[in-house]
Amino acid sequence: MSAPETTAAPGTITEPAIAVRVSSVDKVFETQGGRVHALEGIDLSVAAGEFVSLIGPSGCGKSTLMRLIADLDAPTSGSIAVFGKTPTRARLDQEYGIAFQQAGLLPWRTVAANVALPLELHGVGQAARRAKVDELLDMVGLAEFAERYPDQLSGGMQQRVAIARSLAEQPRLLLMDEPFGALDEMTREKMQADLVRIAGETGAAVVFVTHSIPEAVFLSDRVVVMSPRPGRIREIVPMRLAGAAAGPADGVGAVEGAATRAARTEGLREDRSFFEMVTAVREALHGAPVATGARGVETR
Amino acid sequence: MMSPRTETTLRIVAPLAVGLIVLGAWQFLVSVVGVSDYLLPSPASIVDALIASWDSIVQATIITGTNALIGLVVGSLLGIALAALAARWRAVDRMSAPVIAALAVVPIVALAPVLNSMFGADSQFGRQAIAALASFVPVFLNTLRGFRQTTPVHRELMRAYAATPGQVLRSLTLPTARPFILTGIRIASSLAVISALVAEYFGGPRGGLGSLISTSAASSAYARAWAYVVASIALGLLFYLATLALERLVLRGRGSGDRTSGARTPGTRTTGTSTVSTTSTTVSH
Repeated sequence: MSAPETTAAPGTITEPAIAVRVSSVDKVFETQGGRVHALEGIDLSVAAGEFVSLIGPSGCGKSTLMRLIADLDAPTSGSIAVFGKTPTRARLDQEYGIAFQQAGLLPWRTVAANVALPLELHGVGQAARRAKVDELLDMVGLAEFAERYPDQLSGGMQQRVAIARSLAEQPRLLLMDEPFGALDEMTREKMQADLVRIAGETGAAVVFVTHSIPEAVFLSDRVVVMSPRPGRIREIVPMRLAGAAAGPADGVGAVEGAATRAARTEGLREDRSFFEMVTAVREALHGAPVATGARGVETR
Repeated sequence: MMSPRTETTLRIVAPLAVGLIVLGAWQFLVSVVGVSDYLLPSPASIVDALIASWDSIVQATIITGTNALIGLVVGSLLGIALAALAARWRAVDRMSAPVIAALAVVPIVALAPVLNSMFGADSQFGRQAIAALASFVPVFLNTLRGFRQTTPVHRELMRAYAATPGQVLRSLTLPTARPFILTGIRIASSLAVISALVAEYFGGPRGGLGSLISTSAASSAYARAWAYVVASIALGLLFYLATLALERLVLRGRGSGDRTSGARTPGTRTTGTSTVSTTSTTVSH
């Protein structure tokens, strides 16, 4: 409950500026072993154009929270609004794009046909589809692989196709569940830089699930730190990084957000403010101050 | 290490060589060692018989082939349709499971005499029904398995896209099941020929390959009987190769490179081929 309240810049209407609003949400799974309290008392708002990461140990419900926003699951109690609509309405209206840890490409479709899938399902004409697919593949740097099949691509390339697909309908909200989890470190850093750039270019709000602290710090405007059993939000850490002043807290809007994200270059990974934020998130995760300096550097 | 080209050549030449050696030995046994030509007709006399009764062999092959084809098509369509229902509604699956299990263990040609008397001695229907029943089982089982291969990530993706049930079927479930369906049809193709042919042993209209084999054998025209057997083998091969070609054609372009993904090479393929080889030995008895 820190940054988003400042979003209400003078003269703007508050509602459209909020991409996701989660209010006192509980989620209980009935399993054979009894009731599992996956989420308890979750309150969270994500501003339009804002990049928010959910981080925490496994079992803290971060993926569950993302799935609730995506309407792949329903909350046991509490309410969720996506651009002021119910999650179901938002899903039917295709308000969000989604990417999972697995690329989830259809193996019998070419790269281009995979990216075109959502457009095809929603009745976009062939010419418009082709133009859009070309543009997206250009964006993720896979233009020359358009006619390949997924099993001819590396894992990182497949994941880039999946991200292109999630962007196909220019969603105002991107939901990503550890999309880089299965990638090697080098590919991962490249993809993070790409994602920051793409999110900036499209002005989309992003809810990003991860278990990597440096990844969350590098990408986000705010990092939501969660704790398990029951899944709760322990702390929301706004990222104050060099060249990115204070995220959307100052002025706001997609344009401003893009400007702050543009500063997230490879140099940032070496910057002092980056390590400070890594330490801040670590402390929030562990619930107590941890040794500073060298230990912060090792966190990857 | 052999070059791929020599390997391909060898793959074709090796079985041909084995076949020629067997035929040569066979001919040698009959004409030199002196095994009675009456008991074991020599390959040469079988070829003679094949040429002599060519017209009737072609006729018989068309009759049996038509029965098998109708059975295969009807059985496959039923198998796919029922598997779709069983995949969609668990109740249908539960209800059909015992019936399918029963069908899978009953030797379907055992029904031939019953069906022949049910539908009259001048109807091909009984044979077509038997071929259809025999085709139905592998198509149903493989298709049902194929329909269950969709992965959670793909299903959730479809949900996130708010795809209609029809769209999910067209763009996810059917394409996922396609290799399985085709494998089922390929296994069924041989079974359809075998059952259409064997069903003819149990009465009904004359003229098909099965009835002519039994007539020729009964009248001690062994060379002619063997000629019909050769035609039966050719018919079975034709069906098998046609469905194999269909499979290749439909699955063409699916990652032309390495086919490492397990979902795309169903394990049933190996069982399928072994079923085929054991059953085709049954035919030549």
